[in-house]
Amino acid sequence: MAHQLLIKDLTIAYNRIPVVHHVNLSLPCGSRVGLLGPNGAGKSTLLKALAGLIQPETGSIEFQGHKFRGSQRAIAYLPQREGVDWDFPITVRGLVEMGRFPELGSWGRFGKSDELKVNEALERMHLIEFADRQISALSGGQQQRAFLARAWAQQSQIYLLDEPFTGLDRNSQAHFSEAIHLLADNHKIVMVSHHELRNVPELFDYVILLNGELVAAGPTATVFTPENIEKTYSTGIFSHHSHS
Amino acid sequence: MIQWLTEPFQYEFMQRALLGSAIIGFTNGFLGAFIVLKRLALLADALSHSLLPGLALAAIFFGLAPAGLFLGALIATIFVGVGGQLIARSSRLKEDTAIGALFVFAFAIGVILLGYSKVRVDLSHFLFGNVLGISNSDLWISYGIGLVTMVFLATQHRPLLLALFEPAVAATQGIRVGFLNIALMVLTVLAMISSLQAVGVVLSLGLLILPSTILYLFSDSYDAMTWGGGILGAVGSILGLLLSYWINIPSGPAIVLVLGILFLFAYLFSPKYGVIPSRFRRRHLHEESLRRWDSKTTPIAPGPGE
Repeated sequence: MAHQLLIKDLTIAYNRIPVVHHVNLSLPCGSRVGLLGPNGAGKSTLLKALAGLIQPETGSIEFQGHKFRGSQRAIAYLPQREGVDWDFPITVRGLVEMGRFPELGSWGRFGKSDELKVNEALERMHLIEFADRQISALSGGQQQRAFLARAWAQQSQIYLLDEPFTGLDRNSQAHFSEAIHLLADNHKIVMVSHHELRNVPELFDYVILLNGELVAAGPTATVFTPENIEKTYSTGIFSHHSHS
Repeated sequence: MIQWLTEPFQYEFMQRALLGSAIIGFTNGFLGAFIVLKRLALLADALSHSLLPGLALAAIFFGLAPAGLFLGALIATIFVGVGGQLIARSSRLKEDTAIGALFVFAFAIGVILLGYSKVRVDLSHFLFGNVLGISNSDLWISYGIGLVTMVFLATQHRPLLLALFEPAVAATQGIRVGFLNIALMVLTVLAMISSLQAVGVVLSLGLLILPSTILYLFSDSYDAMTWGGGILGAVGSILGLLLSYWINIPSGPAIVLVLGILFLFAYLFSPKYGVIPSRFRRRHLHEESLRRWDSKTTPIAPGPGE
């Protein structure tokens, strides 16, 4: 299948110390991928490498048969909440408009079609009525959706989300999960690092179990088993959490 | 009364000074938005102080020729900026400390060197500016710097916005964040050199950051901070200059005084982010309840019209 994200023998290091070892993966389009593993398993690192923020030591990343080269607008990376300056003078609409910049470049005119794409993204993420708010005047879930809307306007194919559910209340979690389903239904690959095991089956149809190296990866129904979870978390003393 | 108002516009030296301070105010105010958003105000202050030894050396070797002063100031700030980086990388000192140490050192050298200048230099002109003495060549330098700054910032508008807001994400989109940072610092030094004549070394930071800081307290728009910052910088400079004429105070401090008063006003009374209005709004309760209300009404089912 050509429509997929292919990761071959990926090793990623921080300051020459390898954090993620020899990962091989093949993810089909339209999947909701849960990236699971204990703290320090390398989840954020893997996402950053896929986003092009870290140069991998070895291996290659291909999407739809083409090699990634550092920067790609097909990829949208959602940083952890602490990484964002929420007081920046920008509204939700302004943020989503940024998604059109990679295509427009420095000079291209922001035209009618761009405006339509921005509006579509705002509607999809149920943000139209908040479009003129400054980004700090939103709830946590709305803030996350605003970044998804930007990625939508960018027409990204791969969404890399770093712990997006952290700090969201139940309501916002439900909305955000809905948004992830919507993206996957539109043939996007949505890869989400996640630490809560309880709601994995309802959120993701594909899981990656990571602990420095790949423990298992595949459809949730077959791979998200007590044995695999045990193996992934066995180095920690909190392994029994998986049964809670 | 009318005569009192129009009087300053009749003199050629005042017309020149008004034009100069408008250009200088606009360039600095516009550029300042980026310094404020990147949180580089203190670095900019350090750089402005390190202009002094460059000016002193230039005055000793070339007299008061604008080109010489310009070059001296430029070299001195680059020396401090790059030197700070080198010290920070090669020792356990952090960059702010390293640059802090270098710039006070450079400032002290500058004050001492000025005493050895052959031409009689009034230290206070370098420190606090003297826009009434602005020459034609000074005006040309200000035009040039203003033009370069505006062209760069206008053409790099989008990459800069991305790089300021999320440097890491900008880098993944192929934006040369490092290059933009260096370009911003070079432009800052140029803008400060152009503002020397208006407000001097010590006050140049005020002209740079006050206009956009004021607007940051009023507005959530990036364009308002940049373009508005430029306009406010120009208007504030003109008002300050007129004030200095009318009540006979030095022009540099008058310009910064006007902007400083506006800043205090914004801090206290800005409808959105001012301290006093938000006290009355009982912000905490209000926003908390708004947030709760939002999470209930955000459509769980698709909204109307879908």
